[in-house]
Amino acid sequence: MTTPQLTLPQALGRPARPARVTTASGQIALRALRKYLRTPSLCVMAVVQSAMFLFSFRYVFGGAIHAGATSYVEFLVPSYVATIVLFTGGGVAVAVAEDKTAGFTDRLLSLPVSRYSLVLGRTIADSLTNLWSILTTAAFGFAFGFRLPGSWPDGLAALGLCAAYAVVFTVVFVVMGLFAPNAQAAQGMSLIAFVFAFISSAYVPATSMPGWLQPFSKYQPITPMVDAVRSLLTGGSSDVGLALAWSALLVAVFTPVAVVRYRRA
Amino acid sequence: MSTGTWPSGPPLLQARGLTVRFGKVTALDGLELTAPVGRVLAILGPNGAGKTTFVRTVATLVRPASGELLVYGRDVAADPGSVRRDIGLAGQFAAVEPTMTGRENLEMTARLFGHGAGAARRAAAAVIDQLSLAEVVDRRASTYSGGQRRRLDLGASLVGGPRLLLLDEPTTGLDPVSRREVWDAVRTLAAAGTDILLTTHYLDEADELADEVVVIDHGRVVAAGLLGDLKAGVGRDVIEVSVADPATVSLAGRILEQVTLNPARLEPGGRRASSAAPGGADELSEVIAGLRAASIAVDEIGLRRPTLDEVFLALTTEAATTSVAVPSTTGGIHTNGGT
Repeated sequence: MTTPQLTLPQALGRPARPARVTTASGQIALRALRKYLRTPSLCVMAVVQSAMFLFSFRYVFGGAIHAGATSYVEFLVPSYVATIVLFTGGGVAVAVAEDKTAGFTDRLLSLPVSRYSLVLGRTIADSLTNLWSILTTAAFGFAFGFRLPGSWPDGLAALGLCAAYAVVFTVVFVVMGLFAPNAQAAQGMSLIAFVFAFISSAYVPATSMPGWLQPFSKYQPITPMVDAVRSLLTGGSSDVGLALAWSALLVAVFTPVAVVRYRRA
Repeated sequence: MSTGTWPSGPPLLQARGLTVRFGKVTALDGLELTAPVGRVLAILGPNGAGKTTFVRTVATLVRPASGELLVYGRDVAADPGSVRRDIGLAGQFAAVEPTMTGRENLEMTARLFGHGAGAARRAAAAVIDQLSLAEVVDRRASTYSGGQRRRLDLGASLVGGPRLLLLDEPTTGLDPVSRREVWDAVRTLAAAGTDILLTTHYLDEADELADEVVVIDHGRVVAAGLLGDLKAGVGRDVIEVSVADPATVSLAGRILEQVTLNPARLEPGGRRASSAAPGGADELSEVIAGLRAASIAVDEIGLRRPTLDEVFLALTTEAATTSVAVPSTTGGIHTNGGT
């Protein structure tokens, strides 16, 4: 046994090449996931909040809302699951803004890592946490009386579409966090998602809204996105193409914005 | 200013007309600086002088609006990837993940630097050893004291084995014990051959750590060189008198002003008066004679070197009117064409 010598990091030498995008994204995602799982106010509260909202819609407002031919719980739960990330995803914007003000983003940007891996790692982690929101929310939906109208494969297809939306909304919230000057502002900015969630066909039939509001509901992305989930549940596929087109458009627009914004965060 | 004077490769830093703007605010205004490798360089300046912007520009976080900045001969704007492989940044805030342990933080950063899993573990272990973090490294960083967090942050900037360590106000907000811990760590690193660029507005910190100092104000270099040279070049000697009766301190101050032709500083409510004395010992004897003629009883009087605060004040107030470069006797640092 010899006494270890040359323990300085300089003695270990510098890495021969920068980290690969996969390694860097993985490390960034791992850190965001650890933070989420080790902060009870993030991982537990997201679930509690989602259950409370669903409970309120289902049992408090639900009785006063007429959803046409189907029962309100049948109408509500699929779209609630599809849009839950619009409520819980504000945490993504807050986390991104916090990283910026706490100097963490500066540290990452000073490292020889690809700027794409910053966005990719963040999106992977937050998509997974948002997927967790979707799964727990779906479970609450069943607990509160929802039953699949169609087959199990149809249900899984609908859930898969909801998962795709989780990725889409994650990218949007990452961009919000990058533009927000601080965490409070990010929280405030994320409320804009409520406008799209509420003025859509997600919680009430769009036809019950006043006429001047209906065009907004009809031509914004959330309505076709939730309608697509509903139609998949019953074995149909109407609106799915439109919903996927909106999803692709949002990702295509917001991803480059995130990468460029990270460069100058 | 030519690179030919540096026998061992390109200099640490070369800034030529470096200008950085944020909207309408000009943070760096045609900054000129050449600094050699192998030294601890402290950037001093009042708040808002451009210290942090300069470090962020070296760290490739800010792009120059004009001019250029070379780090080991590599352009931060044209080749930021190469610069990032040479540097480690410890910013004003400890940029560690509080929900992760110290070791997890270090290994993550090592992986991001490009180390494989095994090398990352070894780099983390080396840093833990070097910065005396062994006792706390397996606890979550949220449980650390301010000094421990700062040392962990320092460690995270080191796991990639950088040639140049950038420290932006490394001890701001720390208690005296934690400050000492960080200073010791910086000295160890410097002795091991890491180049260090630090910003501070604590003059004693520059005195403790730096070989050379660069004073920045309004985004320009106003003085640079060895700390001792700066004191000698800018700070004039000071006559300080302590009178027996506080009621006579203002009269003593007037006598100082008459002799030295410089404004006197009076200790508020106290017995001390001081003034810069370009004439040195001659003026001291004149002041003593004046005090005696006025029948002022003196406890203590003397001629002393200026404090760092007085040097700093002199430099940054002179800079408001004209840009001065202090001649460096060592030939270490070259700035704004003054040498």
